[in-house]
Amino acid sequence: MARITLDDLAHSYDRHPRGDADYALKPMTLTWRDGGAYALLGSSGCGKTTLLNIISGLVRPSRGRVLFGDRDVTNLPTAARDIAQVFQFPVVYDTMTVRQNLAFPLKNRGVPEAEIARRVAGVAAMIGMEETLDRRARGLTADAKQKISLGRGMVRHDVNAILFDEPLTVIDPHMKWELRTQLKSLHREFGHTMIYVTHDQTEALTFADEVVVMSEGRVVQAGTPQSLFDRPEHTFVGYFIGSPGMNLLDAQVDGATARVAGAAVPLAAPYRLNAGRVQIGIRPDAARLSGGGDGIPFRLERVEDVGHHRILRGRVGDQPFNVVQGEGAPIPADADRVTLDPARIGVFVDDWRVEPQERAA
Amino acid sequence: MEKPVNNRAWFLVLPVLVLVAFSAVIPLMTVVNYSVQDTFGNNEFFWNGIGWFKDVLESDRVHAALGRQLLFSGIILAIEIPLGIFIALNMPKRGFWASLCLVLMALPLLIPWNVVGTIWQVFGRVDIGLLGHTLAALGFDYNYVNDPIDAWATIIVMDVWHWTSLVALLCYAGLQSIPDAYYQAARIDQASRWGVFRFIELPKMSGVLLIAVLLRFMDSFMIYTEPFVVTGGGPGNATTFLSIDLVKMAIGQFDLGPAAAFSLIYFLVILLISWVFYTVMTAQREVP
Repeated sequence: MARITLDDLAHSYDRHPRGDADYALKPMTLTWRDGGAYALLGSSGCGKTTLLNIISGLVRPSRGRVLFGDRDVTNLPTAARDIAQVFQFPVVYDTMTVRQNLAFPLKNRGVPEAEIARRVAGVAAMIGMEETLDRRARGLTADAKQKISLGRGMVRHDVNAILFDEPLTVIDPHMKWELRTQLKSLHREFGHTMIYVTHDQTEALTFADEVVVMSEGRVVQAGTPQSLFDRPEHTFVGYFIGSPGMNLLDAQVDGATARVAGAAVPLAAPYRLNAGRVQIGIRPDAARLSGGGDGIPFRLERVEDVGHHRILRGRVGDQPFNVVQGEGAPIPADADRVTLDPARIGVFVDDWRVEPQERAA
Repeated sequence: MEKPVNNRAWFLVLPVLVLVAFSAVIPLMTVVNYSVQDTFGNNEFFWNGIGWFKDVLESDRVHAALGRQLLFSGIILAIEIPLGIFIALNMPKRGFWASLCLVLMALPLLIPWNVVGTIWQVFGRVDIGLLGHTLAALGFDYNYVNDPIDAWATIIVMDVWHWTSLVALLCYAGLQSIPDAYYQAARIDQASRWGVFRFIELPKMSGVLLIAVLLRFMDSFMIYTEPFVVTGGGPGNATTFLSIDLVKMAIGQFDLGPAAAFSLIYFLVILLISWVFYTVMTAQREVP
């Protein structure tokens, strides 16, 4: 196992990329510690699969280096990288039994028979497939096949990292949850470095210690699920994560006050901003509905009851705005304003978060 | 669920029944009819029971033709199937060269049987044929008209030339449907080239391979036109396969009774062997 470093990595499928737009993957530098659980999160076409393919060796980056530990593996073929991968669609060797599937990577590496038997038994126990070891892999369900794929990686002792490429896409919803839980506990128990690509925020946030959010080939933020939620660095992270996502309102910020739709909104600290499009962002659960008095004018359009809470959808001016309210909380009949928790307001200029001025300065 | 029962619905099946009756059942029944009757001419027939069947089953001539036929189909399958797989594995996967290969491969399949026969008949001639003349000039004693081995070799090479493309194209289609992830997983597992073929490509091709084997078996077992054009069944009876023998019997000698019995037995043999192929090749797919 090893630490993974992406050093000034960039990739273009164009042989002669001219502008920034030609790059499927814009320059990035990231370090993933040994034994961590990481998720690459982003919508389709954001470059996360390209990045995964570069790590697995399927794609050679046009620029930069990939390091496993201190070893430069940028130009090594997949087979020499000692990684394991679980693909979107289950890949098993149909004609083999589960046992033979699990033994296959070891056989190819010339591991002695007795050692193979011992390790296969161990992995079967890990993935909970001891009962089905002698069944033909062809007839198994999609989730069982994914477990075999994973098992083929875990059976080896030389894996630097296990890569997952949207592994739950073809799994039934109720098995998704179970498989994800199992994956998490396997990670906790055996400490493989795991890199998990997904477009599903729930999968990413529940699986990973650190989530790397990508958009249009760029890493917009890498951080713990909590930090992505509380302090998104980019408006994309704000509305991509959370359901519903962060509310973003055009605003003019002057010192510690923002003006939104003609109303003044107090901020927790004063800001000094450069020119650009200024927005304030607030999570739907940090806004409160009120009737009359202070706050931003808000027009409530509909209420969605989603069980333990309600989503109040409406508009501020012509911009959509959502409020999340606990189930028991009443909705005032004359509700026409929202007030925001100053401590949880973020200020963004041209989509990037800006920090308030140092109070001391 | 309640299903409405209406016997008039059978009328909807009637057109198909009529079509199948005219195209298959009635002609087959006339054959059955001939196979159990004998005649002394004058269009008068009398019942002969299973006499013709016994004659055919005990006929040395039919045995010999069946033997030649089995040998021929065996050789054809043993060459065309592995060769077709090999070609398919080595064809380019995409791009201009893939399209070009596909077109070139499909060409022999588009040539009518008797034209294929004529091409090879001329091609192999020692006096004017490119192949025959070249072999003779190189000092080989090649003559498909006189030498049974040469006649066999010519017909086999001709069939391989004509039909290997079919196997290759079917296998190619099977290979194209394998997602890249399988190959990548194999690389990660450090599988050898043989391992990739044995555990990924071959299992994924097994479906189309079954079709290829069945088609090539049935076609080669019924082969008539090409050997008829090239060798006419000769020299002697060396390349008289079942169809050629059957036509000789039915039209040459006008022995309709034995020929009818022969036809039915021929049909059953094809059916039986196809069934065996099918059963053996699909058996491994069953979950143990």
